[in-house]
Amino acid sequence: MTTRSLVVVSAGLSQPSSTRLLADRLTTSTVERLDGFGVETTIEVIELRDLGHDIVNNLVTGFPSPKLSAAIESLTAADGLIAVTPIFTTSYSGLFKSFIDVLDPSALTDLPVLIGATGGTERHSLALDYSMRPLFTYLHAVVVPTSVYAASSDWGTGADGGTGALPDRMSRAAGELAALVRDSDRSSRVIDPFALPAGFSPVGGYGAQ
Amino acid sequence: MQFGIFTVGDVTTDPTNNSTPSEYERIKAILTIAQKAEEVGLDVFALGEHHNPPFVPSSPTTMLGYLAAKTENIILSTATTLITTNDPVKIAEDYAMLQHVADGRVDLMMGRGNTGPVYPWFGKDIREGIPLAIENYALLHRLWREEFVNWQGKFRTPLQGFQSTPRPLDGVAPFVWHGSIRSPEIAEQAAYYGDGFFAKNIFWPKEHYMKLINYYRQRFEHYGHGTADQAIVGLGGQAFMAKNSQDAVKQFRPYFDNAPVYGHGPTLEDFTEQTPLTVGSPQQVIDRYASMRESFGDYQRQLFLMDHAGLPLKTVLEQLDILGEEVVPVLRKEFAKNRPAHVPDGPTHAALVAKARAAEAEQSIGFGGTSINVPLDSAAVN
Repeated sequence: MTTRSLVVVSAGLSQPSSTRLLADRLTTSTVERLDGFGVETTIEVIELRDLGHDIVNNLVTGFPSPKLSAAIESLTAADGLIAVTPIFTTSYSGLFKSFIDVLDPSALTDLPVLIGATGGTERHSLALDYSMRPLFTYLHAVVVPTSVYAASSDWGTGADGGTGALPDRMSRAAGELAALVRDSDRSSRVIDPFALPAGFSPVGGYGAQ
Repeated sequence: MQFGIFTVGDVTTDPTNNSTPSEYERIKAILTIAQKAEEVGLDVFALGEHHNPPFVPSSPTTMLGYLAAKTENIILSTATTLITTNDPVKIAEDYAMLQHVADGRVDLMMGRGNTGPVYPWFGKDIREGIPLAIENYALLHRLWREEFVNWQGKFRTPLQGFQSTPRPLDGVAPFVWHGSIRSPEIAEQAAYYGDGFFAKNIFWPKEHYMKLINYYRQRFEHYGHGTADQAIVGLGGQAFMAKNSQDAVKQFRPYFDNAPVYGHGPTLEDFTEQTPLTVGSPQQVIDRYASMRESFGDYQRQLFLMDHAGLPLKTVLEQLDILGEEVVPVLRKEFAKNRPAHVPDGPTHAALVAKARAAEAEQSIGFGGTSINVPLDSAAVN
């Protein structure tokens, strides 16, 4: 059976958190779709709350603690990412962005990503499209078209609430992500950390000598 | 195996009494510390180069020239010399001059510098940091080895018939280390020329540096300078000591908590566990650093950072007493144990001259005894 690695990043701060709840629902839905493709999925959940101090220390010192380093390595070698953040003051949370800031800029290249967010009211749902989506696009990740925003009131809607209802959006987004995760080879790639740039010469390029 | 200290030359407020040394006081303190290093039997003093406050050493050869007159035996080095923003022609002249003044007790360590604005202040661009370092060093390497140089590159004006003066002492260029924390290009260049490679090994976990040094060792062998375990490796380190380890922790904690680079970040306990910083008894420092060869292989030079974060001069001098009297003599014995005979010692001018003369003799035999003044290439020097 084919195996793919799915990493889930949840930036919720309360415990229990609705952000984690949304992340878990999206994960279950994605894993079911992959099951349907005959793909076995390994799941690693990264709770940023547990890494808060490590993330700030990395910002200050420039290197990750062993715990944070393990999380970054899993994410870098994942076949898919479900990233869910609360929306604070019009955008992703500061903790979420700080975590993204300690990643190597090339760490998420080609990574299929499903973005999700939670908030108190529906009015902030576009934050997914004007802040989360450009963030991952900049990092050359592949963001699926459907993003999932859950306001408090969404937790009271059923599957019959039309195409805009939370369960339907989750299902559609999971289907889009699962198809990309199935086809990903990221987890089996071997990356040479010492690869020299093309044309590199130890005596200087650029027509010297 | 050589032991010494290196300093970045920061002017930092002492957090325990809120006093800040003047530039004059700090510069004089650095000069005192360097002379103390010789007095306590260390082999190397290495001085940083910076062009922005709160650092004072913008003109390393001025300070090292003074020290050349004040000392007898210690090797005067840098940590690091900015190979990106300095003109390689001026580096060739300054350090060949220092080599003569110091009777050969000079080597230097190349580094890029990671402060963005310093590059444009010197007419350069940090985004070209690596190409600058590679091209500038390649030119510097030639200037010390070829009498007349014709050269054209991307980053400085071309040279026609240029002779760098003075010529290196005894016709042998100062030994060069390349310092890098993450760039395979720099390790590759160090290996290509058979130069030394220095991992500062402070502020970050040693595992990070181990990978880069392994890469350098493999490439050193690839380029035919010897086996991987003959590559010339230097490591940094950081320690603060007291007879009882609790006293060391208590005394150092305010400096740690407020230090540039890592202050207001991780706890002292986390940082000492995750990086080579060792705060404790002399025996703890001995144990920690004696084990470095298990991670990095037998190496040639160990430098300690002892004088940053606002530590007062008196404390630094006490630390050097402990380092020179209690720690380094034991480390010398530890490092000598089971060290294979084919692993080279730390580089000295005398050894480089002997090696160059031996290579010349071999070549002149090869050419029927007619050849003199054979130009030295890096393979012959190392």
